[in-house]
Amino acid sequence: MNWKTFLALLARDAHVARRNLGPLVLQTFLQPLLFVFIFGRVMVGSGYLPPAYKSLLLPGIMAISMVFTGVWAVAMPLISEFQFTREIEDRLLAPIDISWVAAEKVVAGLIQALVAGLMVIPLAWIILRPGLELHVANPILFVCVTFLVAGFSACGGLALGCSVDQQHIGLMFSMVMTPMIFFGCTYYPWSALNHFFILQKIVLINPLVYASEGLRATLVPQFPHLSLPLIVVALTVFDCLFMVVGLRQFHKKAVS
Amino acid sequence: MDSAIRTRSLRKVYSSPPPAAVGRDDGAVAAGKRSAVSLKTKDAKAQITALDGIDLDVAPGQIFGLLGPNGAGKSTTVGILTTRVRPTSGTAWIGEYDVWRDQTEAKRRIGVVAQRPNLDFTLTAREILLFHGAYFGMNSHERSERANELLDRFKLTDRADQLVRGFSGGMMQRMSIARAMMHDPQVLFLDEPSVGLDPQTRLLLWEIIREYNQKGRTILLTTHNMEEADTLCQELAIIDHGRIIAQGTPRELKASIPGGYLLRLRFGQHSPALLERLGKLAGVTEVRASGDAGADLYASRGGSLIPEIVNAAAALGVELSDVHISEPSLENLFLHHTGRSLRE
Repeated sequence: MNWKTFLALLARDAHVARRNLGPLVLQTFLQPLLFVFIFGRVMVGSGYLPPAYKSLLLPGIMAISMVFTGVWAVAMPLISEFQFTREIEDRLLAPIDISWVAAEKVVAGLIQALVAGLMVIPLAWIILRPGLELHVANPILFVCVTFLVAGFSACGGLALGCSVDQQHIGLMFSMVMTPMIFFGCTYYPWSALNHFFILQKIVLINPLVYASEGLRATLVPQFPHLSLPLIVVALTVFDCLFMVVGLRQFHKKAVS
Repeated sequence: MDSAIRTRSLRKVYSSPPPAAVGRDDGAVAAGKRSAVSLKTKDAKAQITALDGIDLDVAPGQIFGLLGPNGAGKSTTVGILTTRVRPTSGTAWIGEYDVWRDQTEAKRRIGVVAQRPNLDFTLTAREILLFHGAYFGMNSHERSERANELLDRFKLTDRADQLVRGFSGGMMQRMSIARAMMHDPQVLFLDEPSVGLDPQTRLLLWEIIREYNQKGRTILLTTHNMEEADTLCQELAIIDHGRIIAQGTPRELKASIPGGYLLRLRFGQHSPALLERLGKLAGVTEVRASGDAGADLYASRGGSLIPEIVNAAAALGVELSDVHISEPSLENLFLHHTGRSLRE
């Protein structure tokens, strides 16, 4: 492993992210903050939703921001760089195994997902307070779950980015990301599906369910949530699965 | 002395059309060279043999040219030697490193200019060079000095801090070459480097290639430009349908054409008797029928043969309708070996 090259690849991605900071911030935070404002402030303030909904909503919004940011940060550059312009070629020719080039993309995506997730907390707090009740009983577990969520979003971005062509980006977001968000227990806890027995079981294939429930379990444990060991195991499995699939697809794209 | 570049029995069979990375060149194979296509079974996908047993030895410090028409397998050869294409069988080395087993070490020693500009469009010209240097572990002082030097040498200093997205084709090509030279690689690969360049930039490029070679670096370039191959390369391999059909210095190769001169003749009608008679003319070494009523004459003289050809034709009542004389050249050599022009 050649750390100098790996860090230089990371520095390049950081440089590009810095250059696109404005649009990146808007893209990451605008939608979640609008959701927080409408559901947490308007709906609760006007009495249509109970005040406790504010605290229930926050982990879901955090999960959406992280997953959206991680997938976008890894998948979009890969999709365009593997197109006919082959912009990624100079990095594939860098003196490092090409699996590390893919791994670097994942690390860059993971960092962006973490920043996005952690930024949601203070921003949402400003909009939602008073009445927001966060109880981080076990900070280590919270950090662990947050890393696993960021990891699955970045690895998912690698797998998607190396499997989808540029002309199918729209389809990817409408067919994969949108159902994932709505069936990802982001705006409601998994237990809210108790009356939809089959649906409740089917949504368990959605990794976002474990992300939202995991953050709920570590940030607002006063609400019902899936068991933490199950969440940690499921997120770890999804992280590994997406990484393996992503690496395989990356190699297929990179070498003819 | 060990070779700088070496391949043994290199084969590449594509089971789907070669991707864009391989470039326009070998894409032509996929597009329609039916002769290179073989079907394993009725249900199997069409297989395209891009390389069919390539053996190459390039000595260190040489400018070596791979000359051939579109679809000959030049870019696939470069692709394999630069780790971008996986060979179906055979081996390739850069110096002592097996390109597939020691990819990282091989990559450390090469610089690559692809057929299409594949610059990092999110960066400026200077940043492209600086980051490239960083990938290769150069320290920041070294990087910025070398970047300035290259930007100056390639006449890009005034656009150094602009995004390369807005560059013209020629500027992008210069930028690609500068980037490939940034880490001072021992072996430089240039895939059709002068395609799309104006004559002035082409001369600048040749000068830079020679200069780089004088530092003891090895250069492998692919081209279908005769002049480029002839003036720039110290050794050439002529490649067609994935095979090397001739190899040597440009002078050796040209000397190997029987007679040297090629006279492409067209007559009013086909006449085997005339071909026989032409073969007996003084200085003529070989006569080949070409097309319906044509003949290719390889001879040791050119224009002075014309009156004799006209007389021989007139004696048999055949009219000479067209003549094209070419002096000993690589184009003729290619034609001699393949029966086709390089530009066909």
